[in-house]
Amino acid sequence: MPDVIMPRFGSNSGQPTTRRDGIAKVTGTATFAADNQPDRMLHAVYAPATIARGRVTALDTEAALAHPGVVAVYTPWNRPPLAGDPDAKPFMFAFRFEALQSDEVRYSNQPVAFVVAESLEAATEGARLLKPQYEAQPARVGLDGNEPFKPKGDAPFGLPRDFEHGDVAAGHAAADQALDATYETAENYHNAMESHCLVAEWKDGKLELDIPTQAVVLTRGAYAYYFGIAPGDITIRSPYLGGGFGSKAIANGPQILAIMAARELGRPVKLMFRRDQMFGPTGHRGATRQRIRIGIDGDARMTVLDHESLATTSSFDDFIEPAAYASQGLYNAGALRSAFEAVRVDTGTPGPVRAPGEASGSAALESAMDEMAEKAGIDPLDFRLRNYAETEPGTGKPYSSKALRECYAEGAKRFGWEGRPLEPRRMQDADGKLVGWGMGTALFGAPMFAAEARATLLPDGTGLIETAAADMGQGAWTALAQIGAYALGLPLDRVEFRSGHSDLPDGGVAGGSGHTATAGGALHAAGGDAVAKLAGIASADPDSPLFGTGNTGVVARDGWLVAEEDDSRRDSFADIIARNGGAAVVGTGKAARPPEDAARHAMYSHGAVFAEVKVDPELFQVRVTRMVGAFAAGRIINPRLAESQLMGGMIWGISFALHEEALFDKRTGRIVNGDFAGYHIPVNADVTGLEVLTVHEDDPYVNPIGVKGVGEIGISGSVGAIANAIWHATGTRVRRFPIRIEDLLAGA
Amino acid sequence: MNLFDYIRPASLDEALSAWEPGAAWLGGGTNLVDLMKTGAMAPGKVIDVTRLPGLDGIESLPDGSTRIGALVRNSTLAHDPDFAADFPMVAEAILSGASGQLRNAATVGGNLVQRTRCAYFQDPWSPCNRRDPGTGCAAIGGETHNHAVIGWSDRCIATNPSDFAVPLAALDAVVEVAGPSGQREIAMAAFHHLPGDTPETETALAPGELIVAIRLPAGARAFRANSRYLKVRERTSFAFALASCAASLRIEDGTIAEARFALGAVAAKPWRVAEAEAMLTAQPPGAALFSQAAERALQDAAPSGENAWKIDLARRTATRALALAAAGTPARMPALPASTFGEPAHA
Amino acid sequence: MSHAISLTVNGEARAVTLDDPRVTLLDLLRERMALPGTKKGCDRGQCGACTVLIDNRRVNACLTLAVTLDGAEVTTIEGLATGDTLHPVQAAFIDHDGFQCGYCTPGQIMSAVGLISEGHAGDDPERIREGMSGNLCRCAAYHGITEAVLDATRRMADADTASDADERASA
Repeated sequence: MPDVIMPRFGSNSGQPTTRRDGIAKVTGTATFAADNQPDRMLHAVYAPATIARGRVTALDTEAALAHPGVVAVYTPWNRPPLAGDPDAKPFMFAFRFEALQSDEVRYSNQPVAFVVAESLEAATEGARLLKPQYEAQPARVGLDGNEPFKPKGDAPFGLPRDFEHGDVAAGHAAADQALDATYETAENYHNAMESHCLVAEWKDGKLELDIPTQAVVLTRGAYAYYFGIAPGDITIRSPYLGGGFGSKAIANGPQILAIMAARELGRPVKLMFRRDQMFGPTGHRGATRQRIRIGIDGDARMTVLDHESLATTSSFDDFIEPAAYASQGLYNAGALRSAFEAVRVDTGTPGPVRAPGEASGSAALESAMDEMAEKAGIDPLDFRLRNYAETEPGTGKPYSSKALRECYAEGAKRFGWEGRPLEPRRMQDADGKLVGWGMGTALFGAPMFAAEARATLLPDGTGLIETAAADMGQGAWTALAQIGAYALGLPLDRVEFRSGHSDLPDGGVAGGSGHTATAGGALHAAGGDAVAKLAGIASADPDSPLFGTGNTGVVARDGWLVAEEDDSRRDSFADIIARNGGAAVVGTGKAARPPEDAARHAMYSHGAVFAEVKVDPELFQVRVTRMVGAFAAGRIINPRLAESQLMGGMIWGISFALHEEALFDKRTGRIVNGDFAGYHIPVNADVTGLEVLTVHEDDPYVNPIGVKGVGEIGISGSVGAIANAIWHATGTRVRRFPIRIEDLLAGA
Repeated sequence: MNLFDYIRPASLDEALSAWEPGAAWLGGGTNLVDLMKTGAMAPGKVIDVTRLPGLDGIESLPDGSTRIGALVRNSTLAHDPDFAADFPMVAEAILSGASGQLRNAATVGGNLVQRTRCAYFQDPWSPCNRRDPGTGCAAIGGETHNHAVIGWSDRCIATNPSDFAVPLAALDAVVEVAGPSGQREIAMAAFHHLPGDTPETETALAPGELIVAIRLPAGARAFRANSRYLKVRERTSFAFALASCAASLRIEDGTIAEARFALGAVAAKPWRVAEAEAMLTAQPPGAALFSQAAERALQDAAPSGENAWKIDLARRTATRALALAAAGTPARMPALPASTFGEPAHA
Repeated sequence: MSHAISLTVNGEARAVTLDDPRVTLLDLLRERMALPGTKKGCDRGQCGACTVLIDNRRVNACLTLAVTLDGAEVTTIEGLATGDTLHPVQAAFIDHDGFQCGYCTPGQIMSAVGLISEGHAGDDPERIREGMSGNLCRCAAYHGITEAVLDATRRMADADTASDADERASA
């Protein structure tokens, strides 16, 4: 086979193509899981626990069954067996969950019964009529006074490991000035607009699922385990996800019960969580209390950065919001420590929520950096630049790329940071509102997982690219198609992209901001493979202008193979295939980061976020009036979509800083604001004056396509920037998130 | 949601005679249907009054008063140019509540009888004297972020969530009701009840009575030049008030001839104190005066839980609302957004 | 007791016999009329994902009992485009990237159509933000949504002006 020059991206940024699924999404024809309605379908509703700890002692199943339309009621006492134990953790992303395996109540809103009916209305009322009776025990709520737990970092997922570099005690001792501050963050629930849902149907012992999942192929393994069938006997269709944010890669009890009911009843079953049920079995971000100690020398260089994090986890499983990780890769402190502790409470098990660890950790770290700069009497940006890490702190590894300095410069310039008074309460607008400016650094790892893809050159000269990727809004349908088309040397409109179906090659997990790099990497390799095979055919074809190109190499461009050194020697894909048997040429590709690459370089996306807030001087209502985020995330495949992702992340930052908090009744352990009227996320009127800049960054090491990730980094940095701006406006430093009017009133 | 009988009477008489204990009137449905979904309300019979004739107009009566049919949609009223010009703070209050979609559906009559946002009331599994008399109050000792700081009792600490009701109270509106024993009128001041020992009795409506209209007296128009509704909330829009205030002044030759103000979100009814209003009369407008009046209005306030800050916030809100009213009704009403933004902090 | 109602959905007259008075317009569309474009986000009027037009006013379908709609005219996202020609609001949402996951999008678009026809927001971005605040977007595509509504408002106003001019010219 001749040498083929792998197609490379000609320019750093790709085309700002609009979304390929745009028309489907604006016309209502994009089929989300719960939009499906197979014949004879039944509706399911689960009855949620209304205590947080104890046992169910009675359920009025007679009343439920007597309700017109109710077909079946499953309880802890009659639930048919499952092949797999919901309390086992047999695979990587397995969490313990409640599928009526016992009468135990471990948290409020877990399922205690499962009702199936001919209509949604009947199922809903059937569940209400069950009126569960309980033997309740006192609920364990909050970070104080509950059973401590020291994570050991020995599980594959969810348990962070303590990290220490340098002499931390000496770092503290060497400090000329020191900060010791404690911050708290609240429980956050993912609350994708599309709640968890599925339509399950069994056909001849095989399972078909319409279900939104962030890991289309991988999740088959979970369902296979619980139902004792082979993964190959499960078909998952997940063309669109109505948001995921980390919650839709993990099996949960109600979904397992719906699949079970479909099997038992021999009819398809639809389940869609009610909004209030999204505050329970589907994961959340645990609350944290973080103590940060920073020491600086006379030049405001950090002698130590010491970050301890305490987080909530459930009483029965382990996932620790890894907040203190945020301090590991960012600032050049002489000594560095991240330490983790947890406390067990009566909630569902936390899980990954958009920027797990980074969101809450960055909120505390960037607030602390601001406080330290204030103490030192220097500009917060200057303070960060004095502590800029040229190599990864702790490991000394070079960064694969790091254009953070440019992010700081570009962001500051665009925002107009220069001339910001150091002292708070120095700026007002024409209406008398207090004005404050704050900033924060954004950091997020650039991971890569494993994925496979297939790229086919069809006889008509078009392409087909396939990988079971997940588009939860990040734009996979578009960005991955762009990568695949480029790899095949075809314009986007001559490529068909198939995705979101478990019959396709495994596109990996849409998580960790690594999906474009991973699935895109596989597509890139598959496209290259197809082109190489086609080039091999052409080179061996005496009738081809490319006959014998051999070592001179060819490139694929616009449906043609072109000799690299002689543009006039070219042959179209269709002609090559037509002359050589007319069969499609199939390429395959895999992506994964070679361990040696990971060992050589530290890989992160970076950014700098600048925020302006206005605060009413007497009423203390806060509005974020301007934000500029400048991010360096390697190659940007589609600037339009990347900017939307980054901006969405920044708005999650607004939400974390000012809005989101699940409020627990401390006596019962129940969430009292489990709906969209009480659990606030920003509305349109909360968002004004946002700007995103992407800073050019070539990264030859991170992966063959030079892509990092943009899905989560927008939150990181933004929370701290807003908190710091609020301090700058008001002079009140609030160390608890979300920051509320009453906190600012208290400081008035 | 429980099964229920649904009927849609064609006349008021038919509607009134259809009523039976356990029945509920259905207007826009934005509150009733919601509460039926949570199970906090489970009427056996739902009487759809939306097709009753003659209840959807806004009219000026010969005595100079303005009569709003109970079925007028919230958005229709707020965007009626004559109404908004005459009663700017009523329009402003309506438009600061809920969302465009909800305002298009909700009726003005329904708005006055919307139930509290107390989470424990909304959750049928929690004890609640308001929902299930005698079961206790789970809010006391619980999460009290949104609860009352004045006029509450040891039976109930819920607040009334209506924005609309607050300026109506300030303007001495009258609620016209029809019932089994004929038609009668209820003054806004008497319409909503404080919880006392009977929190289940939320309003002065007798069983089977239906709101047919709301009337604003002729004198209410006199405040049109200096009227504002101010709402402080945790989002810029689409959130219930932490504190709100409808403030209106009649200013003659630089002196306050008459003042009205009512506070929202602090009690089970719009909170109005005659003595506080009287303090403003015959005085020149001023920040110190407004602050004293606000202080007086909240003289009897006390936290019902961890919410003492709401007293302070309510005082500040009333002070600002009075200042905004003194500065004059903006040329374009309602001002927008109806949060504190887009408004001078020092009016 | 069943209830027979007649209503018009996306221009088509539909006779429906409801065997259950509890069915909301949202569930009627999604589960009984094969019109799943309208989405369920909260089912309690708190998110706007289910926004449709009833008699040309935007409302939350989740809080509207279907049985009340005898004689009503309902427009859903499926009824907005004319054949293959997108409504200007739909086109603007694509152009301005006014969505990510697309789940809240039908409600956002129907709400925008309602907002524009109400005519109170005009081309003032602050009024558009306020007017669109009944539609939550967890992906937080608000910037693009506001730009899209602004753009569509202007395009539709220009189209109106142009058609007025045409009428004058032909008169």
